[in-house]
Order: sequence, then C-alpha cells, then structure tokens
Amino acid sequence: MTPLLTVEHLTMRFGGLVAVDDVSFTAEQSQITSIIGPNGAGKTTMFNCLTGFYQPTTGQLTLAGERGDFLLERLDGHRIVRDAGVARTFQNIRLFTGMSVLENLMVAQHTEQMRASGWSMKGLLGLPSYRRAEEEAVHLARSWLDRINLTDKADWPAGALAYGDQRRLEIARAMCTKPVLLCLDEPAAGLNHTESHELNDLLRWIKEIHGIGILLIEHDMSVVMGISDKIVVLDYGKKIAEGTPAEIRDDPRVIKAYLGEPEEEDLPDIVAADLDLDPGAR
Amino acid sequence: MTGLLAGLDGGKLLRHVLGAVLITFLMTSLIVGLELVATQTGLSLRPRYHIVLYCVVVVALGSAAVFALVERSWRLPMLVGVVLAALLLVPLLTGNLDSDLAFLLPFPVAPLNWLALFLPAFILMRAGQLAYASARPPAAAARRRELSRTGKLISMGLGLLLILAAFAFPVSPWGSRQLVDILTIVLIYIMLGWGLNIVVGLAGLLDLGYVAFYAVGAYSYALLSEYFGWSFWVCLPLAGLFAASFGIVLGFPVLRLRGDYLAIVTLGFGEIIRVVLINWYEFTGGPDGIGGIPRPSFFGLPFQANAPKGGGETFASFFGLSFDPYHRIAFLYYVILVLALFTNWFTIRIRKLPIGRAWEALREDEIACRALGLNPTNVKLAAFGIGAMFAGFAGSFFAARQGFISPESFVFIESAVILSIVVLGGLGSQLGIVFSAAILIGLPEFFRELEDYRMLAFGLVMVLIMIWKPTGLVSHRDPTIRLHPRGDGR
Repeated sequence: MTPLLTVEHLTMRFGGLVAVDDVSFTAEQSQITSIIGPNGAGKTTMFNCLTGFYQPTTGQLTLAGERGDFLLERLDGHRIVRDAGVARTFQNIRLFTGMSVLENLMVAQHTEQMRASGWSMKGLLGLPSYRRAEEEAVHLARSWLDRINLTDKADWPAGALAYGDQRRLEIARAMCTKPVLLCLDEPAAGLNHTESHELNDLLRWIKEIHGIGILLIEHDMSVVMGISDKIVVLDYGKKIAEGTPAEIRDDPRVIKAYLGEPEEEDLPDIVAADLDLDPGAR
Repeated sequence: MTGLLAGLDGGKLLRHVLGAVLITFLMTSLIVGLELVATQTGLSLRPRYHIVLYCVVVVALGSAAVFALVERSWRLPMLVGVVLAALLLVPLLTGNLDSDLAFLLPFPVAPLNWLALFLPAFILMRAGQLAYASARPPAAAARRRELSRTGKLISMGLGLLLILAAFAFPVSPWGSRQLVDILTIVLIYIMLGWGLNIVVGLAGLLDLGYVAFYAVGAYSYALLSEYFGWSFWVCLPLAGLFAASFGIVLGFPVLRLRGDYLAIVTLGFGEIIRVVLINWYEFTGGPDGIGGIPRPSFFGLPFQANAPKGGGETFASFFGLSFDPYHRIAFLYYVILVLALFTNWFTIRIRKLPIGRAWEALREDEIACRALGLNPTNVKLAAFGIGAMFAGFAGSFFAARQGFISPESFVFIESAVILSIVVLGGLGSQLGIVFSAAILIGLPEFFRELEDYRMLAFGLVMVLIMIWKPTGLVSHRDPTIRLHPRGDGR
C-alpha cells in the first residue's frame, strides 16, 4: 500500500541558508506522524512547503489520498487544500477573530458552499437547493462544535474565546474542509495539562473516526509521546532519526540534539527520564 | 426634579452636556452662525447669534437625553423630547425663528404642525430607550429575551418607516423642489457608499479610485446614447456591466498588492481613467464633456412640456396633468431610491452567502483564507467587480440626471468623499452609511450659501466624528448566520 504522504529529498533554501536539507519520510493514513526538533530545526518551514506557502527548492511531495494522487509542490497554495485535501493550523492561531465561531466553520466549507450557491446566483434568489446545502454545512459545523464543546458559544466572536478554545476551534475549522491530511503546527502550545490532555483525546478521535493522516509539529513531549504512531526528528534542517516513540526516546542522536553532548556517563539516563513522559503515568 | 434625575451622576451629566455645548458652539458658529450678505462695499459675513444660541440649547438638551438613555434612565429623555419639540415649535409658529426652518412645518393648521413635531420626537425617544434597553439587557434572562425581540422589531420597524417615508416624501407637504433635489444627490452617494462598502467594508480592500467606475458608468450611458441613441433603461445594466468588467480588468494586476500599496495603485488607476477621458477628445469630447444626455422616461413617456417631434405623448399629457418640472425631479428621485434600495438588498443578501463570508474572512486574515482553500484572487475580484458594478449603475443615473458630464465630475476628491462616507458610517454598516451620507452630502448642500466655510465645517465634522466614534457611527456587527436564535441568552 502506498503511503498517504511521501516526502522525497525535500530541500528548502533561503539564499545561503538551508532551512530544510534533503529530508525524506512518509506519513500513513489513520496515523499520527510527529515532527519534532529543537527551535529552528526547520519544522515549520517544512510545513509551509507542504501546504504551499513556500515553493520548495528541490524535492517531491506526493499525496495519494482518496481524492487521487497529487504532486503538492506543483499546486497553488489554495488548491493544495481545495483539491488535494491538506488542511493546516498555525503556530500563532489564525482565526477570523471578528467573525462568529460558527462563521469560522462556515468559511472553511467555502468551496462546496460556493458551488451549491451557484456562484451566488442561486443564493441571491434563495433557491431551496442552496438553502439545503447551507443547512448541511451548519449541521457539519454543529457536529464539530458539539465535539469541541463550543456549541453554546457558537455565536460569539471567535476572538472572544479562551485560548484553549481557540486552539480547538482552529482544528475543527481545518477539519471542516474535509481533508485527507491534517497538518497541526504546535497545537498544544500555551495549553495547560488538562487542555493538552483533551487535545490528545481529540487528535486520537480524529485519527480513529475520520481515518485521516495527521502530521504534527509539537514541543510538548506529553502530547508527542502519548499519541504519535511515528516520530521524525529534525535538527538543523536534517532528519536525524525516525521511528516509534519508544525508539526515539532512547535514540542518542536525539538526546544529543536536544541537550548537547553528554559529558558524564549517567547523563543519558537523566535525559531519558526527562523525555520519558508517559501519559499513563500522569 | 430628584425623581427625574434618579440614578444619574449629576457631575458626569454636567460634564457631558458642557462638552457637547462647547463643541456645538464651535461648530454652529462656523456653519450656521454666519450669514453671507451683500452690502454696498461688497460681500460681508454677518453673525447670527440667535441661531447659535438656539442650536446650543437644543444640543444641550439632546445630549442630556442621550446621556440619560445610556445611563438607563427614561424619564428625562421623554421630557427632553417633548421640550425639544416645543422649542422647535413655538418660535416657528410665532414666526420668531429664521424662516429657513419653516419647511419643517408645512401644514396649514396648527394641530397638524404640532403632531408633525411631537409624534416623531416621541417615537424617536421611545425607540432610543427601547434600543438601549435591548442593547444592554438587564440580568433577568426572560426579560432580556423579550426585550431583544422588541429591540429587533423596533429596528426593523424603523427601517420600514424610513423606507416608507422616503417613498412618500416627494408627495408629502414637505416635498419641495430643492429638498427632493438634495435628497437625490444624497441618495446617489448613499448608493455609491453601499457599493464601495462591499469593497472596503466587507472585503477590506482600500480602494481610492472608486470614482473611476462611477465615471465608466456615466460615460457608458452618455456615449451609448450619443452614438446609438439607446435609452437610459437599456444602458443602465450595460453601464453596470462595463464598470464591472473594468473593475475586473483593473483588479487582475492590482489585487496581488495589499493595504497601502493597493490604495496607491487604485488611486493611480482612478486618475488614469480621468486623464484618458480628458485626452481622448474625438471619442469622449475631452474637457468639453458630453451634453444633451437624454433623461430617463417613464415607460417611454418623456417628461417634457411639449410632445416629442415624432408625435406621441408626454408623461403629463398621458396622465392628464399639467406640465410641471417637479414631476421629472420626483421621478428621478424615485429611480435612484429604487436603485439604492436594490444595492442595499443585494449587499445584505450577498453578505450572508458564502462569497460574503469569504470577503469578511479575507478582510480578517488572508493567509488563513488560503489555508482553507479559498482562492484570494477570485474572492477579491468578485468584490472589486460587484462594487464597480454599483458604481456603474450610479454613474449612469448621474449622467441621466445631470444631462451633461465632463471629467470634472470624477476627480479624486469624489473618491475621497465616498470613502469618508463609508469610514464615518462604520465599515461594513449599511445604516451608518445612510447617516454619514446625509451628514457629509446633505449638510453642505443645505448650507451652500456659506461657500468655502462649509468645507471648513465639513472637515471639522469629520474630525469630531472620528474623535467621538473612531470606529464609525454604527460599528455593530451581526453574524451572518446564527446557531441559536437572537436573544437566547447565549
């Protein structure tokens, strides 16, 4: 079976700086693939290449989802989402803060809604076919609001929500585009323990119920180790390790990248203990 | 008196009223407090103290009423409404006030005049009170629900009343040639404001060259009627179409820019169109303009004193009326009223469609839009094209009303005025644009006799509004779709 996403020899250069250097990996359907690495390792740059915000210098990004095969590096930014079905969230939340929570989820269904409204013609005339389509869109939005416990606040301006709610709303909004691959850029940043625990549940639920692939950039090890099926470690733009959480936890190269060379014999144990944040133990 | 002021902070009220009085004094001294008179030695300015005093008293009372409304007291506003009406009424009836304001009371008998003043004053006060009550609901949820519903009914009722009043105005006793003419101009700007609101208010694209599309619409009609003899009603949709295509053609290269850069380039395009109109002498008549543009007809019946050359009837002869130029003016008023209402209907409706939501989303965050699969270029082009279309409609009406157009009418200051109408009204607000167009266009037209001083006052009004209401006169935003009905307590 071909993997959902195949990244081959991805390189992104900004002038003399090589932000991502010859990275290859794959991400499977119904799996959570995490990308970790110290600050400045090139994680977000790689995301931006995947989602069309940057044009990669070299490399091939193949997506083989339900909607067919796509070469992502050849698509325009918005078509990667619309046609290929790659949705993303942002490190610094980018909601439409002045619009209501429900409207945020409606905008995410723009493409379908636009078609249903006959490029606004049917909508202007108020034809029943459009009204039905709108009801369906509200229905989908509502089911997501129920899932993330924001139904009561559906008519609030999105900017008025608490930070954690905004994070979850952004994920729900990305899911409303009905993607085959969901890319999350540090979804747990700024969340407290309870909230990041809820996030774990949400991501696992999305993976199992929707059967889509999830690509995750994360610093919070309790999230990464708890829910990842596979972890890719970047450092200085290069892939230094790839494997299951257990393998990564014990990988000396990873430990070195995060904490530098060990000087004493017992240091790796301390490091391993630090990385070993089993969610079951919490 | 103590019962009247119950629950009000006296010192705060005093400061509030004093501030309003000071500003009114400064403004009215310039706008209406000076009269231009011709003496033997030439023109001179004569102060009109009594009008200034009168305005100060009215505003002092009004600001006290508004303050009381905000502070959720209702006895004072009611009383003030009645006093205000009496203040207006008594001097007018006794003939002590300048006859300039006499048009307010056109009825032949006193009781009707009394009604004409008290009734609107009472309705406005009551509506204001209820609107405030629903905007800031008290704690009890049940009461809140009830009030929100009344609040919504009232705002809907007020809107309907406004539309009915607008339709009835030319045939009411108030309808004079001058007033209907001024209102026609105001309505053109309201329509332009509503059109530009789509581009600036909804889609967030700062367009400083909007008047270019207005010009395209006006010249479309003028040229089509000059070269082919087509009538206004055929050219109106065509003018909108041409303007929309211009919007899209200009939009393509321009819309990849953002913010200030977009503003500068649209400004440039606006000027290019004007310069082309001036210099393409053989086609557009250059600075001489185009004259003799035919007026719109009423289902083929022209508004003329005598029957057209080829025989046939005029509006007056067909309906057995004697010819009166007021018919034509009133008809033009109705045409632009219907056009403007169509614009309003269209905007309100399209805002609730996917494209409308996409515009607002684009205004908020273009990057997030792209990450949701929206094509920013198409969304922007749609806004640009539709906005331009309404400018085209308004332009062709403008040409038909004036009968003569030249590039002089489409200078940059027009774009600036339309943009100020949108910004002062509150970006994205339909009702606010009506108010600000009335203030920015209506008032200067009223005080035309003051010549250059009115521009000074115009600037002052703009500065003051921006100080008082930095987000515009009406800056409230309602969601385009609700999950829970309004006033559900959530």
